[in-house]
Amino acid sequence: MTESGGIVTEAVAGEVVLIVNGAEKRVPAGWSLADLLASLKLDARTVVIERNGIILRDRSSFASLELTADDSLEIVHFVGGG
Amino acid sequence: MAHADLISAATLTDPQPLVIAGREFHSRLMVGTGKYSSNAQMIEAIEASGAEVVTVAVRRVDLDRSKDEAILHHLDPDHFFLLANTAGCYNASDAIRYARLARAAGFNEWVKLEVIGDQQTLLPDTLGLLQATKTLVDEGFKVLAYTNDDLVTALKLEDAGAVAVMPLASPIGSGLGMLNPYAIRTIKQRLSVPVIVDAGVGTASDACIVMEQGVDGILMNTGIAAAQDPVRMAAAMKVAVEAGRHAYLAGRMPRREVAVPSSPTTGMLGS
Repeated sequence: MTESGGIVTEAVAGEVVLIVNGAEKRVPAGWSLADLLASLKLDARTVVIERNGIILRDRSSFASLELTADDSLEIVHFVGGG
Repeated sequence: MAHADLISAATLTDPQPLVIAGREFHSRLMVGTGKYSSNAQMIEAIEASGAEVVTVAVRRVDLDRSKDEAILHHLDPDHFFLLANTAGCYNASDAIRYARLARAAGFNEWVKLEVIGDQQTLLPDTLGLLQATKTLVDEGFKVLAYTNDDLVTALKLEDAGAVAVMPLASPIGSGLGMLNPYAIRTIKQRLSVPVIVDAGVGTASDACIVMEQGVDGILMNTGIAAAQDPVRMAAAMKVAVEAGRHAYLAGRMPRREVAVPSSPTTGMLGS
C-alpha cells in the first residue's frame, strides 16, 4: 500500500478502490454494482447511478457490471425540493 | 341557468382545466417538498394543498444514512406527479446533467428547469436557461422553465420549446409576493404555453392576487413549509388559488377614483 498526498489511493490485494459520491470506497475485487448497492442497503429502483459521467439506464445490468479501479460513481435520488 | 351547477357544487368548477403538454391536471396549485420539519408534516401539507404536481430535487444519496432524505419512501409516485427540478445548478451543463439523472429515475420526462445566476437572489441566468432549454427539448424533455418576470425571455423560452414558462413572483423563498403584476399579466397575455408563477408567494392573499392576473397556476414551497402551521397554510393556499382563479374568470369590476353609492340615492327621508 502506498500513499499519495496523504490519501490512500492504491488497493491492497483483492481490493478495488473507487470513488462513490466523491469519497473513496474500498470494495472486494470482483464486486458488481449490485453487490455495492446491496452492501449500502440501497434499492436499485430508488436510485440513479452515473458511472464515469454516463448514466446507467439499464438496472438489470447492475448485477453483471463489475466495479473497476478508478470508477467514479454518483448515486443520486430524489429529495425534498421546491 | 349555467350558474345553478356552479352554486350547488361544494366548490366552484373551473371550465378550463390546467393542461400542460397535453396532460390535464386537476389542481392549479403545485407544491414543493423542501424545508418541512418532518416527512409526515410534508405529506399532510401536500394532501391539504390538493396539489397533484409536486417538485423534488436530485441529490447524492447520503451513504451514511444519517438522514432519512429519500422522498420516495414517503411520497407515493402513483398518487402524485413528480416534477424534478434542477435547483442548485449554476450553469446549463449542470442543469442538463441533473435533468438527465432525474429522467433516468423513470417517472417522466418532465423537468422544472432552473439555471441560477446569482447566489444572493437566486435569480435565473436566462442565457444559460435558454441554452439548457434548447438542449433538453431536443432530447425529448418537457421543460417547465423557471425564469424571471421578463417578457422577452419568456417569449424566447416558448420559442425554444418550453411546455410551460414559470416566471417568479419574487425571489425564491422571499415571501415578498408578486412584485410586478404588470409583467406577469403581460407574459400571460403574450404566451401560448401555460404560465405558472413560481416562487415568492408568501401567504394566501399573494396566491390569490397572482391567480387574479389570469395565470394558469402557481408553484410554491416556502410559503407553505415555512408557515407556523404548514398544513393549515397549505389548505389556505388551496382555496386562495381557487378563489383567485374564479375572481379572474368572473372578471373584476373596473377601478374607479370616485365613490359610487351601493344603495339607492332616492327615497331618502325628508326628500
